[in-house]
This record gives sequence, C-alpha cells and structure tokens, in this order.
Amino acid sequence: MAKITLSNLAHAYRPNPQSRSDFALKQMDHVWDDGGAYALLGPSGCGKTTLLNIISGLLIPSQGKVLFGEVDVTRLPTEQRNIAQVFQFPVVYDTMTVYDNLAFPLRNRGTEAHLVDARVRDIARMLGMTDVLGKKAQGLTADAKQKISLGRGMVREDVSAILFDEPLTVIDPHMKWELRTQLKALHREFGHTMIYVTHDQTEALTFADKVVVMYDGEVVQMGTPADLFERPAHTFVGYFIGSPGMNVLPAKIDGASAYIEGCQIPLSRHYSGLETAKTVEIGCRPEFLTLTDRPDGLPVQVRRVEDVGRLKIVRADFFGREVNIIAPEGASISDRQNRVVFDPARINVYADSWIVEGKAA
Amino acid sequence: MEKTFNNKAWFMVLPVVLLVAFSAVVPLMTVVNYSVQDTFGNNQFFWAGLQWFEEVLTSERLHDALIRQFIFSAVILALEIPLGIAVSLCIPKRGVWSSFCLVLMALPLLIPWNVVGTIWQIFGRVDIGLLGATMAALGIDYNYTQNAAHAWITIVVMDVWHWTSLVALLCFAGLQSIPDAYYQAAKIDGAGRWKIFRYIELPKMNRVLLIAVLLRFMDSFMIYTEPFVVTGGGPGNSTTLLSIDLVKIALGQFDLGPAAAFSIIYFLIILLLSWVFYTVMTNYGKGEGR
Amino acid sequence: MSTAVQSGPSRINARTVGMTLYLLFLLVPIYWLLNMSLKTNEEILSTFSLWPQHLTFANYMVIFTDPSWYSGYINSMIYVGLNTVISIAVALPAAYAFSRYRFLGDSHLFFWLLTNRMAPPAVFALPFFQLYSSVGLFDTHIAVALAHCLFNVPLAVWILEGFMSGVPKEIDETAYIDGYSFPKFFIRIFTPLIASGIGVAAFFCFMFSWVELLLARTLTSVDAKPISAAMTRTVSASGMDWGVLAAAGILTIVPGALVIYFVRNYIAKGFALGRV
Repeated sequence: MAKITLSNLAHAYRPNPQSRSDFALKQMDHVWDDGGAYALLGPSGCGKTTLLNIISGLLIPSQGKVLFGEVDVTRLPTEQRNIAQVFQFPVVYDTMTVYDNLAFPLRNRGTEAHLVDARVRDIARMLGMTDVLGKKAQGLTADAKQKISLGRGMVREDVSAILFDEPLTVIDPHMKWELRTQLKALHREFGHTMIYVTHDQTEALTFADKVVVMYDGEVVQMGTPADLFERPAHTFVGYFIGSPGMNVLPAKIDGASAYIEGCQIPLSRHYSGLETAKTVEIGCRPEFLTLTDRPDGLPVQVRRVEDVGRLKIVRADFFGREVNIIAPEGASISDRQNRVVFDPARINVYADSWIVEGKAA
Repeated sequence: MEKTFNNKAWFMVLPVVLLVAFSAVVPLMTVVNYSVQDTFGNNQFFWAGLQWFEEVLTSERLHDALIRQFIFSAVILALEIPLGIAVSLCIPKRGVWSSFCLVLMALPLLIPWNVVGTIWQIFGRVDIGLLGATMAALGIDYNYTQNAAHAWITIVVMDVWHWTSLVALLCFAGLQSIPDAYYQAAKIDGAGRWKIFRYIELPKMNRVLLIAVLLRFMDSFMIYTEPFVVTGGGPGNSTTLLSIDLVKIALGQFDLGPAAAFSIIYFLIILLLSWVFYTVMTNYGKGEGR
Repeated sequence: MSTAVQSGPSRINARTVGMTLYLLFLLVPIYWLLNMSLKTNEEILSTFSLWPQHLTFANYMVIFTDPSWYSGYINSMIYVGLNTVISIAVALPAAYAFSRYRFLGDSHLFFWLLTNRMAPPAVFALPFFQLYSSVGLFDTHIAVALAHCLFNVPLAVWILEGFMSGVPKEIDETAYIDGYSFPKFFIRIFTPLIASGIGVAAFFCFMFSWVELLLARTLTSVDAKPISAAMTRTVSASGMDWGVLAAAGILTIVPGALVIYFVRNYIAKGFALGRV
C-alpha cells in the first residue's frame, strides 16, 4: 500500500501538443493518501479514463511523473506496478472455478498452496461467495462476476492500489447499492487505496472519502462530499453535483453586496479585486433559496412545481433566467409567493468560473 | 432474441426450399433409384434390391478407400488446427499489416482447386519444380508419382497449404472478440504468455474452433480435385480417397448401380457427421446462454 | 480508449518471424507458378532458375488471343456471377425468416439446408449430369450456377442469418410503426444495415463457385466450359505446354485476389460466419 503522487503530470494523445486544448489531461500536481478512497468523477471525455490509464500503466504520460510511495513508476508496465483493477464489464476467467479465479493472481506469483487457500477462503467469506467457490465462473450473474474480479484484486495483500473503472455499469440497479456497501465495508476492513472512476455522482459521493471532480482535462476540485456540496470550487462542480445543480447567476459585486439587474443581494463576506474578471457570477444551491411572499425578497415567477417525494422542486423565472428552489414536502406554494430569498452565508462568488474567497465582513 | 411464431415466414423460405429441392432432392432421388436397379444397357432397368449395397459394403475397395479417407482427415485436422491457432496468434491485431496479412493468407482459399493441384504438381516435380529440385539437391530421392509415402506427404502438405489459412482466419476472428481489458487483467494478475493463451484466448476461440474443426473435417472428407490432379489416386491406389474412388466407379466405369449405392453410403456418413456437427454446435450455443 | 499495449521486443520478433515464415510458405508455390508463366517452355525445361532469364509475356498472349482459352474465363465469370446473384437473392428473405420468426419445421429445415453444404459434389456429379441433360440445360451457364446453389445457398442463408441476428428486432418494429411496408423496410432500412453481411456472403458464394471444378466440368462441354477445365488440356504436339498452363493458373488467381482486397476488413468476421 502506498500513497500516490502525481507530479507535474499531463498527457496529450497527439505528439507535440501546442495549445492547451491539445492536452487530454492538463498539468496537475496531486498527492493521494495511502488508504484513501478516492472517486474520479466527471462527464464522458473529461479525461478521467486517461488519468486512470496513466495510473494503471496502460498509458505513459507525455510529461510528469507518477510515484507509488517513493518509487517512480511512470514507465513501469502494469504488471510491475502492483495494482489491481476492476473493469467496466466483468473480466473473469470463464473456464476456471470461482476458487481458481481468486487463487490465480497468488498462484502466478508462486505463493505457497496453504497460504493461497487461507487467503482465498478469507476473501470469499468477505464477498459472501463461499458457497459458489466450486462453481464455474461462466454461469454466474454479472454482479457475482464483478465481485470475483474485485476479489482477484483484494486477494493480494500487498497491492498498492485498487482501481475501479465504472465497475457498476452492467450491474442491475438493485444490486448496485449492495455492491457499493460491500465495497465500502471492504475498504474499511483492508484499508487499500482505492480509486473509483465514475460519471455517477451518487456512486462517487457514497463511496469516496475524497471526490476528485474532473472537467475538460483538469481536476477542478478535490474534496469531501460536503465540500463539493457547500463550496464548489468551480461553477461546473456546482452544476454537476446536486440535483438539481447550483443556480449560477451573472452578477455585479460591490463589497459585501451582489447586484442582479439592479436588485441588491446581501453577501456574508466582503469581496474586492473582481474588476479584472471577464465574468462574475454568484452561485447558490436550490436548497438555500426560499420562496416567500415577504417584500424583502427578489421578484420571481413560478413556472412549474415538481413533487419528487421528500421535497418539491420549484422551477421559477428570475429576470428571464431559470432558477431552481427546493421547498420542503409539506410547503404549500401559492400565487402570492412571488419573491425569493437567498441565504447570504451560502452564496459563493465566482470570477471566470472559479470560486473567489471573500474577507470576513 | 425472442422470435415470434408466424407460419407466413414459410413464404420467405419457399424460394430457397424450391431451389435446393431442385438441385438436391431430385438428383438424390435419381441416385436412390439407381442404387436399387440393374441394367443391361438400352435404358432397360430392373429391380435389384439391396444387391448393390451388399456388394459395395463388402468390397475391400470401399473399405480401403474409407480407411484412407479417415486417416487423411485425421492427419489434416491434427496438422491444420494447431498450426492454424499458432498462425492466428502471429497475425498483427490491427492496422495496415493486419489487413495485409489477412489478404495474403486468404489467397490460397480463392485459387480454383484444380489450379491448387496444378501448382503443387509442378512445384513437386524434380525437373521443373522448386520443391522437387530442392529435394533432389539435398540428396533425397523424392518422387510423388512413384513413391506412395511421398505422394501422401505431398497431398497433405498441399492441403495444409491450401486450408490452414481458413483455420487461422476463424481463430483470428475469435481472438478479435476478446476485449483489451482481458489482457490487462491477466497482466495485473501476473499471468504469463502460456496462461493468457490457456485461460483467455483458447476459451474465447472455442466456438470458432468448433466451426473450424467441423468444416475442415467435412471438406477434407469430400476432397476430390486437388489430390486427383496431383496423383490421380496413385501410385497404385495409395491416394485414392472416397470421392476419387466414387468418380472412378461412376464416370470412369459407368457402373451406375454400385456407384449409386456407394453415393448413398457416403452421403449417410456425411449426414451422420453433419448431425453431430449441428447438435454439438447448437448445444454449445445454449450452454453459453445465447 | 485505444492504446497500444506494450509488449516485449522479443515477442514481437517471434510473432513477426512466425508470420513471415507462414506467408513465405504460402507464397513460394504461387511465386513459382508466376515465375514459370513468364518463361518460355524451352527455358522451363532446359535451365533451372529462380527468376525468368528471358522474360516473356508470350504465354499470356496465347491465352488472351485464343478464344478457347479466354472464353473459359468469360464462362467462369458468367456462371459465378449468376450463382452469386441467385444465391443472395433467395437467401436474403429466407435468412430474414430464420432470424426473426419461428415457424412450423424451422429447425428441421435449417438442418436440412446445412446438410446440403455437407453433400460431396462427387455424389451429385452423375445425377446432375442426367438431370440437366434431361431438361435441356446441359452445357449452359445457368446449369452450373444452379448446381453450385446446392452448397452456396445454405452457406449464404447461414452467414446472413448470423449477421441479421445481430440487428436488434426493435429496428423492424420501429420501422413498421413509422409506416414502412415490409418490402420498403427491407430494401431501404434493413439491407443497408447488413450490407457487410451481404458482402461477406457474396464473397463466399463467389469463392466456392470460383474454386469448384468437379460439377462445373461435368455439366459443361464446350459453350460453358470453365477456365479451370480448359486447363486440363495443355498437351500440345511438343508435350506439355507448361508456360501457358502456369499463365492460365496465375490468371485464375487474379479475380480471387481482387475480391479479397475489397472485403479485407470483413474477412475475419465472415469466416466466423458472422457468429463471433
């Protein structure tokens, strides 16, 4: 087990990249802690698979280094990196039994038979597969196969990291939750460093201690699920995380106030030096907007109300832009409620899409 | 795929049925007709019962041809299947070279069978052929027209030359269906080249190998033109395989009765093997849940 | 994401060496034929050389100027073309039926069709001769084309069925909902979807019709005599005419090589009969 250091790393698929846009992966410096559970989250084409392939050794980056612990593994082939990987679709050795599948990585490394046996039974118990150990892997369901490929990674005690490449894609919805819970439990028990690539925010937020959000080839934020929710570092994180995503509105900032179409919105912090930015926006999650009939709010027009069970999503028109407001389940929404109030402490200010830290007012 | 039951589909199959009935059933009836009759010429036929079958079944000539045929097919399979697998593993996976190799490999498959025979007939001749001349230069008294063993080696090598590419192309199709992730997983699991072959490539080739084995078995069992051109069944009867013998009886000697009885027995053997082919294949498909 | 899997240089070499050796094994006999076709008979018989000392195209000229030679090519082309068209035309609807519907006796029928692929041509040679003679088709192109349907139609049905089963049934249903009639759907939507399958099936029909000699020779005498049968008579007054024989052989390889080139990207899948 080891911490993973990405130093000055960047990758372009074409040789001699010129502009920034030639890079599939833009320059990054990160240290991922030993034993952490990381999720790489982002839409298709954001570079998360490229990053995973660099870590797994399938790709050699155009610049920079990858270190496992203190060892530079940038140019080492996959088999020498001591990692395990679970793929998008189950990769199992069809003709072998479940037992032989789990024992395969150990036997290939010349582990003694009794140690293999003890370890395989251990892992099988953990995965709840003890009763199918003697079965051929071929006839099993997709989720059982995916458990086997996970088990093949865990069976080696010394793996540096286990990589997951959207491992739940082919799993039935009701099994996804169960597998994810099991994965979490296994992580707690064994403490492997785990890197989990996904485009599904629920998977990422429930699995990981730290979520790494990627967008257009760069890491836009790395943080706990709570960070991502409360203080998205980039407007993209705001959109991407949460359902519905954060409301992002162009605004003018003057000290501790924001102005939208001349209406003042108080902020909890003091901002300065935003004059040079091309775009200035404020972001506020729908959870922190309140629909009201109090006169101090800003004028909105309710377009639609969606009842999604525990809460209601109000789609409203705010100076020609759509804003989403979340109202509690029991709230009654009437025509008189044509004002919206922002929670000042929950408003983030963005200059050119990146968050700006304000000074305490 | 879930299929709907609809007897109107018969109308779509009808052209095929009529065409194949015309080109298969009618001639087959003729054969059956001949097999139970005798003639003294002038189109005068009379009932001969199972006489021809008895004659053919007890004739040493058929037994010998049948034994030769089985040996030939077995040797062909034993050589072409492993060689075909080995060659398929050598084909570049993608890119221009892959296409290049595939095109060159498929070349022998598209040469008319008698030309295949001619190529090897010439190639093996001591006076004008490269192979024969090389053998002579090496001091080997190679002569496929006189020596039965040499004749056998020549037709076997010729068949390997002609058909190994088919096996290799089939296996290659199987190999191409293996996603890259399998190879990567095997690397991560520390599997060596042999284990990758044994546990990933071979299982994925199973289906196509079955097709390859059975196609090669059938076609080698029916082989006629190529060995006929090279050896004419000789020296003596040493390379007289079933088809060669049958054509000799039917078109050479015009012994219609025995030839027809021979044909039916021959066809029944093939039919039995076809049935095995079909059953094994469909059951295999079910086993995989497709 | 396609990425080159790095492999050791030693293995690349082993593979390349293996492939090269195999290709040499395949090409040397063909090269020898080519070599002979470019020599005169005197040179073939008198000197032994790896390449022509006195390059000559006389052998090819003989074939291109003598009608008994080049008509053989034309005959072969005609019946192979006819056979390919007939086989594909009748196999398309049948393959569709097998891939989409269950019907009375479908599996038996499918099996029976396949048995014809397994029928030895030697068994059928004589009855074919009598059948086509009795209906007055002996020595016509259509006779050979029909005879070759015996093994090509089942093969075409089999290949096409494999490719068609790979097309989701939802496409058919969507087309019907959109108001397409069956023939319109089949021609406008379905056929383009299985175009590669049709190409592969046509390739196989071409291939097996082109290479077959026994039936083609039995069913023809003069007017429809195939090129491969013409090759069996090259004995002239001065013995075997090796040069012309070799040139004719080389020319029979050319159409095949052209056809392979066009379907090169589908060869592998086609050989697996669309079932991989």
